[in-house]
Amino acid sequence: MSENIIRISGINPRQCMKCGKCSATCPAFDEMDVHPHQFASMVVEGRVDELLASETLWKCLSCFACVERCPRSVEPAKLIEAVRDCVIRQKGGSYLSPDDIPEKLDSELPQQALMAAFRKYRK
Amino acid sequence: MPINENKEWKPLIVAFCCNWCSYAGADLAGTSRLSYPAEVKIIKVPCSCRVNPMFILKAFERGADGVIMCGCHPGDCHYSTGNYYARRRMTMLFSMLDYLGIDRQRTRVEWVSAAEGQKFAAVMNDFAKTITELGENVKLGDLRCKKQQD
Amino acid sequence: MQRIGVFVCWCGSNIAATVDVDAVVEAVKNEPGVCFAKNYQYMCSEAGQALIKDAIKEHNLTGIVVCSCSPRMHEATFRKTAEQAGLNPYMVEIANIREHCSWIHKDMKEATEKAVILARAAIAKVNLNAPLQAGESAVTKRALVIGGGIAGLQSAIDIADAGYPVDIVEKSPTIGGKMAQLDKTFPTLDCAACILTPKMVEAAQHPNITLYTYSEVEEVKGFVGNFNVKIKKKARFVDSTKCTGCAVCTAKCPSRKGGNEFNCNLDTRGAVYIPFAQAVPNVATIDTERCIHFKTGKCGICQKVCSAGAIDFEQKDEFIEEKYGAIVVATGFEILDVTKFDEFQYTKHPDVVTSLELERIMNAAGPTKGTLLRMSNKEHPHDIVFIQCVGSRGNTCRDKTYCSKICCMYTAKHAMLIREKYPDVNVHVFYIDVRTPGKNFDEFYRRAVEQYNVDYIKGMVGKVWEKENGRLAVQGVDLISNRRIMLETDMVVLAAAIQPSKGVRNIATMLTASIDTNDFLTEAHPKLRPVESPTAGVFLSGVCQGPKDIPETVSQAGAAAVKVVGLLAKDKLVTNPCTATPNELMCNGCSSCARVCPYGAIDYVEKEVNDHGKREVRRLATVNSALCQGCGACTVACPSGAMDLKGFSNRQIMAEVDAICR
Repeated sequence: MSENIIRISGINPRQCMKCGKCSATCPAFDEMDVHPHQFASMVVEGRVDELLASETLWKCLSCFACVERCPRSVEPAKLIEAVRDCVIRQKGGSYLSPDDIPEKLDSELPQQALMAAFRKYRK
Repeated sequence: MPINENKEWKPLIVAFCCNWCSYAGADLAGTSRLSYPAEVKIIKVPCSCRVNPMFILKAFERGADGVIMCGCHPGDCHYSTGNYYARRRMTMLFSMLDYLGIDRQRTRVEWVSAAEGQKFAAVMNDFAKTITELGENVKLGDLRCKKQQD
Repeated sequence: MQRIGVFVCWCGSNIAATVDVDAVVEAVKNEPGVCFAKNYQYMCSEAGQALIKDAIKEHNLTGIVVCSCSPRMHEATFRKTAEQAGLNPYMVEIANIREHCSWIHKDMKEATEKAVILARAAIAKVNLNAPLQAGESAVTKRALVIGGGIAGLQSAIDIADAGYPVDIVEKSPTIGGKMAQLDKTFPTLDCAACILTPKMVEAAQHPNITLYTYSEVEEVKGFVGNFNVKIKKKARFVDSTKCTGCAVCTAKCPSRKGGNEFNCNLDTRGAVYIPFAQAVPNVATIDTERCIHFKTGKCGICQKVCSAGAIDFEQKDEFIEEKYGAIVVATGFEILDVTKFDEFQYTKHPDVVTSLELERIMNAAGPTKGTLLRMSNKEHPHDIVFIQCVGSRGNTCRDKTYCSKICCMYTAKHAMLIREKYPDVNVHVFYIDVRTPGKNFDEFYRRAVEQYNVDYIKGMVGKVWEKENGRLAVQGVDLISNRRIMLETDMVVLAAAIQPSKGVRNIATMLTASIDTNDFLTEAHPKLRPVESPTAGVFLSGVCQGPKDIPETVSQAGAAAVKVVGLLAKDKLVTNPCTATPNELMCNGCSSCARVCPYGAIDYVEKEVNDHGKREVRRLATVNSALCQGCGACTVACPSGAMDLKGFSNRQIMAEVDAICR
């Protein structure tokens, strides 16, 4: 499964030096249960199940601030995207359903987040 | 030339090794008693850039089945840039080997440092295996001379 | 025809157990040129060598082949043996039948066959060997040091103390380098100026040292022991023999808008300036790009106020040519340009500074006279955030891949000094790792944490922005507690990566010294020859070779000096006789060989040649055998096959190929 994520993302998570700049940059940090800097090491350790179940997948705005600033080219947003893809590809997986969206909305939610979330819906 | 059916065919492999890295790597393979086929014969050159592509063609002409060239890793050349020249020259040579009727796999360039005895032995084993699988090389003889002999 | 002797060594059982040495002797006896063959238990022993010497004399041998261990082991031994028997040492060839044969093969028949073939190849080569003479070249007993920072000064002083004249070339108007800009030094917290300025004065007053400040190396020719260097002394427009350094002109100069480089452009200086009070030489320099006189032809106030009459607007660049035996490169470093890191607001907010800028702010001779102030409003700061590894240890286009090595320590130093002087200031340090290997270094860092309550946060800063109240907001992360950190601060200090000075590329090209992908000069061997460049006669000192702190720089500078002294102490250098040699009748002067030569050993001369009775003047390649290291790159590059390498000639290698493929 880890290999799958590495293949989809095209990222080598072993390049991570655990500086935390991704999490320091992330605008959605406080919303997340698993923080961006944890993704690289969790993929390396093979803790993919936790990632698949993580709220973070749906909180990540795909704003790519972490991609922009990562000094080691680990680019966590791409890893997160890959995990998200894995969930979407799982038939019947417990991913975000459109019906759940309204209750999660709040006035401060950036529009970009909504845009990014569209592709996360069930087809 | 009559072929001796009883004798098992063994390839003939020439290895050009630079004095500073690969020859020392071969020495280390020896000191560490790492075996590789006896068909491999090493010729010492000061640097991989001393290897004229003509030497390689000459070896094929004389009946070598495989020629391998080993030098220092890129950036580690004792003469700072020699292996870069060697690499370019070999790329040129490789591109014309097919034209000459020599299988591209019969030549190889490998970077082996003085500390890589293990790698040297592994490379030689692998190369000898490849050459054995490819079989005997057709000699790059001068056809005109051959006709006269016939 | 050569008369060749073949000596097969048993090496006890090392060879003899797998190689049938008698069979080898029998097999080589009929090789062309061989008139003597014998095996013996230990060829390298006293008795074995005597056997070789006797055979040379008795059979009048002109060349010998020793079938034994690797030439890397005993080639020198057997060459010496041959020389003692009156044979040219380069008429000896070794067939490596131990490392390349007996030790790696188990089957006796197979190993013996291979040993015979290796011996044949060596015999074929010796048949074409020619006696070679190792040349000699003289040594100019003078050294050049490029760069006048602490590395260059230390090397120069050490060489000069050993009794050899040294010239220092420094491109800025004063020696002292980066260390002169530092306030205090870790881990002892003594002031940089207090330990550096005596060294600067010592260098200036040393009878064996000549300073060329505001000068640059223009051209380097020659080779180890005999470098010819052209130095450009840029015009200062101040007569340094008359200038007393009274600094009246610098105070009166009306052109005051330009930044002061010595203070990292945090304040300004006049167009005529002395970089700092302790500058050596203490002489003013006119910056022509800012001088009103050079721009408009008017002004000339400095000339009017100078009581010594030292201002000379007509001064011209001077060129000096000098010969040197050895060159030390000590070009040092510069701070990485951090403007690319826009998340830290360095270009937008004056309170975001680099560590070197903070160094000037903390320095008593700096822009704030040593008081820690915010550069935006000159007010006392209450919170300071340090960000580590800015531009170090990354692999993107903005970053350097290496660790800059000094930042962890100087940040601990800054944090400690600030907490010591201003206990009301809160200091936060965002770090990825704290790296403090070195004597008393980790203790120093621990003191910052334990004694001075510096807040070390394991994590990075994501972004910095200005708040409405003019203070800075810092958004970071604490990886240990896995939580977001939001701080409001007055200053942000960036520990920017260090990189080799820009000029080093140019210098490396002139010296044919190699540089790595980061522009650091490469050493001849990373462990065993760390202060020598692969180019003979060129030595490395200080950060130009890799990031290092002051104690390390000083040790390396001393080591480089010893290597220089060791070279200059020799009267003659023995040169490698296996050099390239062109055939004049085949050379067409195309320059292909010179282009691939890594040592610049190939030159061209117009020479009259006699080509089958036709006399004509041609452009011909000549090889400087003292420079040529014998790599052979030119031999292959030559389109007409005119270039050959002594000791590894085309014919010799072809003969070896023939012998192996027979």
